[in-house]
Amino acid sequence: MGSKIITFVLGGREVEVMVKPMTTLQAVLRYQLGYTAVKEGCRQGGCGSCTVLVEGEPMMSCLLPVEDVAGMHVTTLEAITPADGLDRVQQAFLEHGAFQCGYCTPGMIVVSKALLGHNPRPTRQEIVDAFAGNICRCTGYEPIIAAVEGAARASASKAAQPG
Amino acid sequence: MSPALNVVGRSVPRSDGIGHVTGRTQFATDHSFPGMLHLKIVRSPVHHARIRRIDLSEAERVPGFVCALTHADVPHNVYTILGLIGVEPEEEFVLAEDRARYKGEPIAAIVAESEEAALDAVARVKLDLEELPAVFDVEEALKPGAPIVTHWGNNTFMYEGHPCRRVRFGDVEEAFARADHIVEGVYNTKPIEQAPIETTGCIAVPEANGRYTVYTNTQAVYFSLDNTSIILQIPGNRLHFVGGTVGGGFGGKVDVIVEPLATLAAMKTNRPVKYAYSRSEEMQVSSTRSAWRIYVKDGVMRDGRIIARKVTSYADSGAYSRQTPYALTKHAANASGPYAIPNVSIDAYCVYTNRVPSSAMRGFGITMASFALEVQMDKIAEVAGLDPWSIRFINAYRDGDIKPHRKVVEDATLIETMQAAAALVGQDLPAEFRAMTSARRSEGGA
Ligand code: FES
Ligand code: FES
Repeated sequence: MGSKIITFVLGGREVEVMVKPMTTLQAVLRYQLGYTAVKEGCRQGGCGSCTVLVEGEPMMSCLLPVEDVAGMHVTTLEAITPADGLDRVQQAFLEHGAFQCGYCTPGMIVVSKALLGHNPRPTRQEIVDAFAGNICRCTGYEPIIAAVEGAARASASKAAQPG
Repeated sequence: MSPALNVVGRSVPRSDGIGHVTGRTQFATDHSFPGMLHLKIVRSPVHHARIRRIDLSEAERVPGFVCALTHADVPHNVYTILGLIGVEPEEEFVLAEDRARYKGEPIAAIVAESEEAALDAVARVKLDLEELPAVFDVEEALKPGAPIVTHWGNNTFMYEGHPCRRVRFGDVEEAFARADHIVEGVYNTKPIEQAPIETTGCIAVPEANGRYTVYTNTQAVYFSLDNTSIILQIPGNRLHFVGGTVGGGFGGKVDVIVEPLATLAAMKTNRPVKYAYSRSEEMQVSSTRSAWRIYVKDGVMRDGRIIARKVTSYADSGAYSRQTPYALTKHAANASGPYAIPNVSIDAYCVYTNRVPSSAMRGFGITMASFALEVQMDKIAEVAGLDPWSIRFINAYRDGDIKPHRKVVEDATLIETMQAAAALVGQDLPAEFRAMTSARRSEGGA
C-alpha cells in the first residue's frame, strides 16, 4: 500500500508527514519528527511511557495510527515546557522527587497535565485512577501522587492571589 | 558548621532533574542517525538443540536485507563477562555455534534498512535443529545422566576445583548432636525479571577516525566496552561508549548483550546500527534474577541460641553463568545471616540448566539468603517457644564477632535497627533487649 500525507497540529504548529498505513503516532513523533520526550517502553499499550495529549486527552501514541489524528491537536511534553522555566507540574515533579531514572516521567507529566486541566483539585483516588495506564519501575507511586497534589495546591494558591 | 559541609544534610537538586521533567534527557535509543540500520536476532525456538544448519537464503531476499552475522563472523565468539576480573572459563557464545542451550539464545543476527525488514528477514531464516533433552531444575541438573549444559562436561561452576563455594566454621555435626532442637527448612524462589521501562539497547556509530561511538544504556559502561573490545578483538581505544543514562536497570543491564553485535554490524556495514530489545525480548530472553533452592538446617538450644547452621544453596544460573558465580560467593559470605552462630557449614552451588541465563538483580545472592533465613528464624522461634523478636535479639551479631567466612564484624546495627523498628510498630520490648547494644561483647555489649 502506498504512503499518505497526514496533517495534524503538533504543539500548536501544523505538521505534515508522509507515512505508510498503520504507522503509529509514536513512530512519527520519535523517528520522523525527533520528539523523543515521547518514550518507547513497550509499543503495546502496556506502560504509558509514550502518552501524549490528543485534543487534550491522554492517549498512548504507540497504539494510535497517525491517520487517526489527522487534523487534530497533539501535545507532547516538549510543548508543555514553557519557553521560560518549568510548568507547575514539572516543578512539582522536581520538588517531590517524583522520578528516578526518568523514563516514565514524560508520560506521567502528560497524564498529570490532562488530569489537572479537567479537574484542578483531584482527590487522591482520582489521581491514582488517572495513572492506571502508567508504570513506574523505579520511584514508587507515592512521590508521583504527591507531586500532582502539590501542583494542584500550587495552582489553587496562585488562583487565590488577588490580581 | 564547616564551610566544606555544604551538601550533607541538605536537599540538592539532581543534575539530571530538569532534563527528566522536560523530556530533554537523551536516552540511548533517543539518538538517531542518517542511514541507521536495524539489527534483530534469530533466536532458538527450543530450550536445547543441536544446530545442524542455518539457511539464510530466503531471508537474504527480503527487500531491505543488508547482511547477516553468524558465529563465524564474531572474532572471539566465546566469552565470560566476569573474565575481566579473572573468572574462568570462557563459556557464553555471542552467537550459538553447534548448540543452543536455552530458548531465545541468539543464533544469528540480521541487519536491515528498517526494523520491519529486519523482523521479516528473521522470520524467514530456516533453522535445522535437532532438539535435545533439557533440564530446568537445579537438583535434576546435578543427577547422574542429566543433560549436560556446559561445554566442559558438568553442570556446576567450579570454585577453585570445587563444585560449590564452601564455608566451614566450627563443627556443625558435633553441635547438631548436642542441640535441643533441630529445625529444617527448604526455601524456593522463582526467577524475577527486572523489567526496566526502557528496554536494553544501543546504537553503534562508525566515526571518520576509525573509532566507533556506542550510545548505550548499559549499567556498566566499562564492562561493556572492555568485553566488546575482547569479543571484537579490537583495541579499547577504538571504542567510545556514551552511557550513564539508564532508563531503569536494577541489575538487568549489567550484562554485555547488545553492544558487541551492534558494533560488529557497524564495522561490517560502515553504517550506524541500532540493536534494542523489544518488550517481549526484555521479558523473555534478558537475564533474570536466579531461581534459588536453599536448604537450611539449624541446631537450637532450649533458650533460643542457634549453635549450628548448615546451608546448602543452589542458584539456577540458566545456560550461562554471567554474574551468578559472584552472587554465590556473596551468598556464601552471608548465608548464616546477621547472627552469631559458632558452627556453620555452607555449600553454595552455581548450577547450569536450560533456562534463560540469570544474572544481577538488586542484592543478588543476599536477598534470597535473607528471605530463606528470616522465614527460618520465625520457624525456630516457634519451635523454641519464643516470639520472633526474641529469637533475633538472642542471636544478633555484635561488633567483634567473627563471621563464618572469618570476617570480623564491624559497625553492626542489627540490634539498634530492631529496637527502632519495634518503637515504630509499637512493640514493647523486654528491658534486656532495650538495653542491648551492638558494642563488642568484651566492652560491655551484653
Ligand atoms: S510504549 Fe506505548 S504504552 Fe508502552
Ligand atoms: S522513574 Fe524509572 S520508570 Fe519511573
